[in-house]
Amino acid sequence: MNLDFSDEQKALKDQVRRFLEDRGGVAQMRAVLTSDASYDKDLYKGLAELGVLGAAIPEEFGGVGLSHLDLCVVAEELGRVIAPVPVASSIYLVAEALLQAGSQAQKQAWLPRLAAGEAIGAFALNEGEGRMGPEKVRASVSGGKLTGTKSPVADGDCADVAVVAAKSDSGKVSLYVVDLNGPGVERRTLNSIDPSRGQAALTFTNAPAELLGGEGDGWHIATQVMDRAAILIAYEQLGGADRALEMARDYALERMAFGRQIGSFQAIKHMLADMYVSATLARSNCYYGAWALASGASELPVAAATARVSASQAFQHCSKNNIQVHGGMGFTFEYDCHLFYRRANALALALGSVSTWEDLLVDRMTAGNAAAAA
Amino acid sequence: MDFEDTPQEAAFRAEVRSWIDANAPKHLEDQLKRANFGDIGITSEDPIAACKSWQKKKADAGWACLHWPKEYGGGNRTPMERVIWNQEEGLFRALGGLFTIGQGMCGPTVMAWADEEAKRRLLPPLSSGEEVWCQLFSEPASGSDLAGLRTRAVKAEDGSGDWIINGQKIWTSGAQNSDWGLLITRTDADVPKHKGLTMFYLSMHTPGVEVRPIKQANGQSSFNEVYFTDVRIPDAQRLGAVGQGWEVSLTTLMNERLSIGSGMSTGFPSLLSLCMDVEIDGKPAVQDSNVRSKLAQFAVREMGLKYTGMRAITALSKGETPGPENSIGKLVAGATMQDLAMFALDLQGQSGVIWEKDGPSDGRFQAILMRSPATRIEGGSDEILRNIIGERVLGLPGDIRVDKTVAFKDIPTSGRKH
Ligand SMILES: Cc1cc2nc3c(=O)[nH]c(=O)nc-3n(C[C@H](O)[C@H](O)[C@H](O)COP(=O)(O)OP(=O)(O)OC[C@H]3O[C@@H](n4cnc5c(N)ncnc54)[C@H](O)[C@@H]3O)c2cc1C
Ligand SMILES: Cc1cc2nc3c(=O)[nH]c(=O)nc-3n(C[C@H](O)[C@H](O)[C@H](O)COP(=O)(O)OP(=O)(O)OC[C@H]3O[C@@H](n4cnc5c(N)ncnc54)[C@H](O)[C@@H]3O)c2cc1C
Repeated sequence: MNLDFSDEQKALKDQVRRFLEDRGGVAQMRAVLTSDASYDKDLYKGLAELGVLGAAIPEEFGGVGLSHLDLCVVAEELGRVIAPVPVASSIYLVAEALLQAGSQAQKQAWLPRLAAGEAIGAFALNEGEGRMGPEKVRASVSGGKLTGTKSPVADGDCADVAVVAAKSDSGKVSLYVVDLNGPGVERRTLNSIDPSRGQAALTFTNAPAELLGGEGDGWHIATQVMDRAAILIAYEQLGGADRALEMARDYALERMAFGRQIGSFQAIKHMLADMYVSATLARSNCYYGAWALASGASELPVAAATARVSASQAFQHCSKNNIQVHGGMGFTFEYDCHLFYRRANALALALGSVSTWEDLLVDRMTAGNAAAAA
Repeated sequence: MDFEDTPQEAAFRAEVRSWIDANAPKHLEDQLKRANFGDIGITSEDPIAACKSWQKKKADAGWACLHWPKEYGGGNRTPMERVIWNQEEGLFRALGGLFTIGQGMCGPTVMAWADEEAKRRLLPPLSSGEEVWCQLFSEPASGSDLAGLRTRAVKAEDGSGDWIINGQKIWTSGAQNSDWGLLITRTDADVPKHKGLTMFYLSMHTPGVEVRPIKQANGQSSFNEVYFTDVRIPDAQRLGAVGQGWEVSLTTLMNERLSIGSGMSTGFPSLLSLCMDVEIDGKPAVQDSNVRSKLAQFAVREMGLKYTGMRAITALSKGETPGPENSIGKLVAGATMQDLAMFALDLQGQSGVIWEKDGPSDGRFQAILMRSPATRIEGGSDEILRNIIGERVLGLPGDIRVDKTVAFKDIPTSGRKH
């Protein structure tokens, strides 16, 4: 039994933490939030040079060839400082999609550039309001040309390449690789609750599109890729939840009211204890997810949904109560509380809402039960 | 990361498995499978005798109190080997419930504070289940605030050095089946409350000890009132110095949280089966979106507890001490069980009101409904556990205390007349 990271992975975690703190920690997120930049280019380049973008990409495609466990510890650290970089879109989703389903040529074309931070990827699945499913895909490809609108697309404002779900000539949902710097692509930047991670509407008009994986396999591949990404994003959420809890704890020790530290009031103390409980359950569920991701266990879909639901809630819970503990200060732009609150609520929707993942979790558990009974 | 045993662990597991397979009381298996929360479910024979017989068999073969030293009736095994044993013991582990308080809390306290002779006398029969122990701590006026207890111990006037005990304990689990008790008393009311306490152990068969079972809210009677009227205890049965009782009690309480909190389950697998069986609008409940959302919520709690436990086991396997994350176990499990039971009854509809062993779902959820309130109180209430997490784990300041430096006799209490 070993449900823990290795010493090397813990050392990598420390290294990434120091790197991110040296660059200003959460201040980087605030800088992007308050500027027109869609992400922090220097930071992204630095992460590429550190080798963390390519951590789980094989060496033959320009990566470092470590494991997904290494990527998990990196994700947790990025989450702690709510880093304003397109890692989730570019690495957890697009690079994974290429690794899972790409041809040798597609991998060669894009993975080295994604690992080096020279190109950014975006995962373009969603179309409009409501829960996304294969039946809602309207975008279509005809004769290798894509037409339709994907919105919102995380990091779609800055991406160079997109993996897009669209109907093939024969009407089956499939995935396509689209060069966003090519013809027939129009982008419109969208305001969001977390402007440190850009959102855009991408409109395609006869944009050249190359099939990724089998025709008609689109939703299946997307599901697999999102399961993997869900675990990595859960680590970001976990890092954010822990940091929000620490901020609240520190403030509760420092702030005096009614002649005492507010952390000595049980209303605050018990609120913090409950935040600790959420974060702890999420951490344990994330470990389960990490194990499944790294070992390719058949439980991966269950583990991914468990980690996703648990970590989304922990981050939302900790970030909202962090504002509460800070009183009026928590509601100022100047304090960092809202930055975590923004990111928590945005990440809870990335890859589909929490209720969507609750549904997936039950589907998968009951399928498992039925299989075990058969 | 992996869930695999090391080669040594695997070998140990195989040895344990084959011994249990050859020796466990298999004739009780069907009854144990249908055991409910708070009810071991054995009716074919005396359940106490069944528990004692399995414990003795384990002890004779060296499988009792695995982590204790051999000379005290233990197996001298590593914490990890104990975990493996518990996993393999499976259903039959329920037969150890009678001994949990003794082996999990009183034993470690005796081990830490008694002299060598007493340890060799007391611990082996505790391990083998031949002698059962109870914990005589809580009183009517002092539960969470244990240090406010009022059972008095005074030196006998005859110069024998013996102590004379008068007072009352309450909520004492298993006192009616116990041979020995771990007893905390007040020996000095003129000093602040934590300073005037002294710990003893005594035979429950001592003259002047009277046990009266209390009927619980769930209809059973596992806890008791225990009255002490001029009970005489030799000074040799004192644990720690006079006035050191609080410190001694901390050994017990720390072990209590470990043994109550570890490996708790919430009843989730039963709920999942129920959701596949009962129907809403002609379809299995599991297809209803409201049901699904709740199920997912219970699932992440159940799995969060499970993997928190596995992180602790990982630490043990590496020879390290598990971290503070284990303090969440009972807090999460207690509240989750209670909510889960209410939800299950709701799904059962009007039949949810029926509580019969041969009724819907074997009456399992009704038993959880009626027993879980106690989980949120015993061994540290939810509120006390939140204080502990807040103060010990997160480092927040303690409550402001009005009674800390006052002589015990001057502290106002709810039960005391002025
Ligand atoms: C949008 C907004 C508008 C406002 N408008 C006005 C206005 O027009 N005029 C004005 O005068 N003020 C105004 N305020 C200030 C507001 O009244 C204070 O923010 C509020 O009273 C909390 O005080 P605080 O911010 O100093 O937080 P603190 O008092 O420092 O509280 C911090 C945390 O500790 C908790 N806490 C504090 N004491 C206790 C206790 N005894 N027991 C348990 N928990 C405790 C609080 O609930 C909070 O969670 C406004 C605030 C906001 C956010
Ligand atoms: C099934 C069961 C078995 C038990 N077995 C044993 C046993 O074998 N031996 C033994 O000695 N005892 C036993 N107990 C007693 C148990 O330890 C006490 O019930 C428990 O410590 C709570 O004490 P109390 O009942 O006096 O409640 P109180 O301490 O009076 O608490 C009442 C309420 O006030 C809250 N409260 C108290 N203090 C604080 C505070 N500082 N901050 C916030 N809230 C507070 C509590 O959380 C609770 O909600 C058992 C109890 C149960 C239910």
